Amino acid sequence: MQQVLSITQINEYIRSRMDEDRLLNQVAVRGEISNYKLYPSGHHYFTLKDENAALKCVMFKSNATRLRFRPENGMKVIAMGRITVYPRDGAFQLYCSAMTVDGVGDLYAAFEQLKKKLAAQGLFAPEHKKPLPPFPGTIGIITSSAGAAIHDMLRILNKRYPLTQVRLLPVRVQGAEAPGEIAAAIRYANHYKLADLLIVGRGGGSIEDLWAFNDEGVAYAIYESQIPIISAVGHEPDVTIADYVADLRAATPSNAAELAVPDQAALLQSMDSAASAMASYLARQLRSSRQRLNTISRSPALASPTGYLRQRETNLEHLKTRLIAAQSQQLQRRRQRFVGCTAKLDAMSPLKVLTRGYSIVHNDDGSILRSVSQTEPGREVRVTLTDGSIHAVVSSIKED
Amino acid sequence: MNSNNETFEASMLRLEQIVRAMEKGDVELEESLKLFQEGTELIRRCGKLLDEAELQVKKIMTAPDGSPVEEAFTDEQ
Repeated sequence: MQQVLSITQINEYIRSRMDEDRLLNQVAVRGEISNYKLYPSGHHYFTLKDENAALKCVMFKSNATRLRFRPENGMKVIAMGRITVYPRDGAFQLYCSAMTVDGVGDLYAAFEQLKKKLAAQGLFAPEHKKPLPPFPGTIGIITSSAGAAIHDMLRILNKRYPLTQVRLLPVRVQGAEAPGEIAAAIRYANHYKLADLLIVGRGGGSIEDLWAFNDEGVAYAIYESQIPIISAVGHEPDVTIADYVADLRAATPSNAAELAVPDQAALLQSMDSAASAMASYLARQLRSSRQRLNTISRSPALASPTGYLRQRETNLEHLKTRLIAAQSQQLQRRRQRFVGCTAKLDAMSPLKVLTRGYSIVHNDDGSILRSVSQTEPGREVRVTLTDGSIHAVVSSIKED
Repeated sequence: MNSNNETFEASMLRLEQIVRAMEKGDVELEESLKLFQEGTELIRRCGKLLDEAELQVKKIMTAPDGSPVEEAFTDEQ
C-alpha cells in the first residue's frame, strides 16, 4: 500500500526538493507590482505579475531598508531572491532580498533627451555662466528646511565665513510639487533681490528622489536667474540637469557651502603675509633711503653748491630754447591740418550740393521728405535752396 | 545689506592695493609709513570683524501680498 503522508510532511518534502534547486535558490524575475502592502512590522508583501501569471512575494524589513525607491503598484521591477514553499499555506513565494526599478532605463532615456534639448538651446553654455561674488553678503539657500543638507551647509558657512548672512527659502525637494516650488523660489529670490548668491539643492537619495532637479522648468529658472547659482544635488556621482545649467556645480551641499564663501583661515593667513610683506618693504625702503642720504652728502651739489647751480642754469637755458623751437613747429603742423580739414568739410556740406541746383524739401513737421508717401495734397512743405527757402502747398502727387 | 561684510571686502581690497604699492617701491618714505599704518589698522579691523561674527540665518516666508518676510530659523539638528 502506498505511504500516506500528512500535509506537514508533504509540504516539508516539497520545500526540501525546492531548496535543493540551484535556480530557485537564487533567481531574478521581472514583473509588475500589484497588491502591494507594507505591514506595520516593516515587511513588504506584494504580487509580481506579467500578462499571464502571478507570483507571490515577500520582502522582509531587513532587506527592505536597503531599497533605493518606494515600491508602488504598477511599477515594473526586477526582484531577486529565493523561491520556496511556505508550509503553513502550502504556497510557494519569492523571498525577495533585493529589488531595482526596471524602468530606470526609461528615466535615463528621458534624462538624456532633455539634456540634449537644453544643450542645443544653449542652457549649458560656458559663456552664460556668471562669476560668483568673492565675498557674498547674503546667500539664499533653496532646499528643505528639514534634512541634513541645510544643517551641513549652515555648519560649514559658520565655520568658514560667519560674516555672511543666510536666507533660507524652504521648498519641497522631492515629489510632484517639488520642481514647481524650486523654480518658483529661484524666481522669487530674483524678483525681490533676496541674495547675492543662491545655493539650490538637497542631500542624497535615490534617482527618483533627485528627479526634481532634472526638471525642465527648474532648468529654465536657473538659466534665467540674475543671481549666480551653485547647484548642490545629492552625492558626488549624482549629476542632474540642474548641475549642468548652474553657474557652478558642487558635488554635495557641504561642498556648495565651501565653494560659496572664502575660508577665514586662509583670509587670516593672507592678512598675516600682507603684514609681513608690508614690514619688509618698509625696511627695504628705509635701508635704501639711508644709503641715498650717504651718497647725496658726498655729491658735487653739496660739495660745491655754486658751481653745481651754475651748471644747472646753463642746462635750463638750453632746454628753454629747445622747447620754444618745438612749440612753434607743432603750431605750424596743427595749422596745416586745420586747413585740410575745413576743405574736406566744405566739400561734404549739403549747402555745397544746393549750389549745384539741388534743393531739400522739408515736411510740415520739419523732417526731410525722402518719399512722396510722406506727404499728401494740401499739406505744406518747405523747399530750401542755396540762398533761401520757399513755402509751398502740395497740389498733387504722382508716384514713379 | 550686510555692512560688516562690505567693510570686510573693501578692507581686503584696500590692503591688497597697499601691499602692491609698497612692493613697487615708488612712493616717498613718508607715504610708505602712512600706508604701513593704514594697512596694519585694516588687518586689525578685519581680524576683529571675523572674530566677532556669527552666522545669521533667516527663513523667508511670504506675506499675504506676496512680499518676503524674514523669520528666525533654528536648525533643529
